[in-house]
Amino acid sequence: MTWVNAVIQGLLLGGQYALIACGLSLTFGVMRIVNLAHGDLAVCGAYLGLVLSSALGVPVWVTLPLLLPAAFGAGVILQTLLFGRALRHGMLAPVLVTFGLSVMIENLLQVAATSDPRGLNGGALALASFRLGSHITVSWLFMTAFLTACAVLSGLQLLLSRTSWGRKVRATADDLDTARLVGIRVRPLFATVAGIAVATAALAGVFIGTIGTFDPLEGANTLIFAFEAVVIGGLGSLWGTLAGGMALGVTQVVVGQVNEAYAVLAAHLLFLAVLAVRPGGLFAGQHAAREAREAPGVLG
Amino acid sequence: MNPAGPEPLLQVTGLDVFYGDFQALFGVSVSVSAGRVTALVGANGAGKTTLLRTIAGAQGAASGSVRYAGADLTAAPPHQRISRGIVLVPEGRRLFPSLTVEENIQVGAAAAASADWPLDRIYGVFPMIAKRRGQRASTLSGGEQQAVAIARALAAAPSLLLLDEISLGLAPRIVAELYQTLAELRSAGATLVIVEQDLRRAMEASDDLVCLLEGRVALAAPVSAVTRDEVVAAYFGQRSPGAAT
Repeated sequence: MTWVNAVIQGLLLGGQYALIACGLSLTFGVMRIVNLAHGDLAVCGAYLGLVLSSALGVPVWVTLPLLLPAAFGAGVILQTLLFGRALRHGMLAPVLVTFGLSVMIENLLQVAATSDPRGLNGGALALASFRLGSHITVSWLFMTAFLTACAVLSGLQLLLSRTSWGRKVRATADDLDTARLVGIRVRPLFATVAGIAVATAALAGVFIGTIGTFDPLEGANTLIFAFEAVVIGGLGSLWGTLAGGMALGVTQVVVGQVNEAYAVLAAHLLFLAVLAVRPGGLFAGQHAAREAREAPGVLG
Repeated sequence: MNPAGPEPLLQVTGLDVFYGDFQALFGVSVSVSAGRVTALVGANGAGKTTLLRTIAGAQGAASGSVRYAGADLTAAPPHQRISRGIVLVPEGRRLFPSLTVEENIQVGAAAAASADWPLDRIYGVFPMIAKRRGQRASTLSGGEQQAVAIARALAAAPSLLLLDEISLGLAPRIVAELYQTLAELRSAGATLVIVEQDLRRAMEASDDLVCLLEGRVALAAPVSAVTRDEVVAAYFGQRSPGAAT
């Protein structure tokens, strides 16, 4: 029963990883930007939640209708003013720009909010739990985070596969140059994608801050797990990201059951193992291979 | 090509185009009249693809101008040119591999000039791809992919269709089918510019002919006014066509 419990708790934890990671996956899949500030943006979301919920005196969930549009707007602005410009100067420039942004955010947060760990007011949900059978207790907060992750990923998947916006996003992810050529306006498209990515990061940040504590440097740690979830699942594949997050979560909790000291290390080792055996990720193997085969020639 | 008529549909004047330090086009001027088919010929590297991409807005020009239907589009981005009716079928098809056939076509309508080309009309022109509408574009044969590429361009309701090497790598029978389709579009009043390696096919399919040589216009004339030898001479940059005559 202990093991069943560990697996369940691991899956729930994996949902949280996937929620942080889906924005990273989207940003990479569409714009080919590895956003090293993604974790810090999630932490910014947590701080914004802290400010709003203490100012209004309500649980952080109530502030989401303000917080998520603000995060979306921040993403649009970052993409327009920063990432989009960086993208015009090759592959390396966005990496450097997002790294710089990460350092800036961490230091600004330390100045503005000190290094003290904080927690968010999760209301009654934070303490509630339910029982599965007689031995397993599941926190409603973890369950909510997991279900939110599933809902966000399904919603994104639906948007991408069923709407004309999603069609344009996928076309642009396939071939940026041709997307422009057929009349897709890439800049506003990228801005909305970045807005969604930052909004999901902020939502993940709210869960991080409600489930545990956070401080200005939490972003780096958050980024590593998100990054690993994306790579394990296969770059740019949303369902892969969910599976990647779950694989990390289960590994961490199950190994933690044996020896707590090795829990995080085991998750990182899983990442290394996947990278060594299937560098394209567990779920994007065929896709990546096909892309490589069909890489179009530039000049003829 | 149309010295006495009204203002041509497309007027390209004095285009200089560079890739970095390499100059691909030198003062190229071309005009295309409405309802006519212009063949753009020339050796590899003569600048045909560059000229089409510059007209479509995918490539910037260092100097010169692109006027279309009375408007100066020299600085306009591709989506604005498409919504005015200039649509390019790029060399190598360049379909979106992870999208289905139908999605590829729908994406082509992103900046469409009008709704003149709904899906059923497009499938009427290309019945061979209607059956494949739900398949990923990457699973199609070369000929089918080329048909989808043209269908994607039609979805934008073009008034000027630029076709870059649509017969490249295809079996002669498939090429004949595609050209049959172009002939139908032509008789329906479309204005086309086609880049074609096969000189004979190019001359058969078009009203006007422009030959590029090393980034310059070597010959521009109605097809009826030139002989194949003159075109070949312009193609290879020989000073006098057919020295034996």
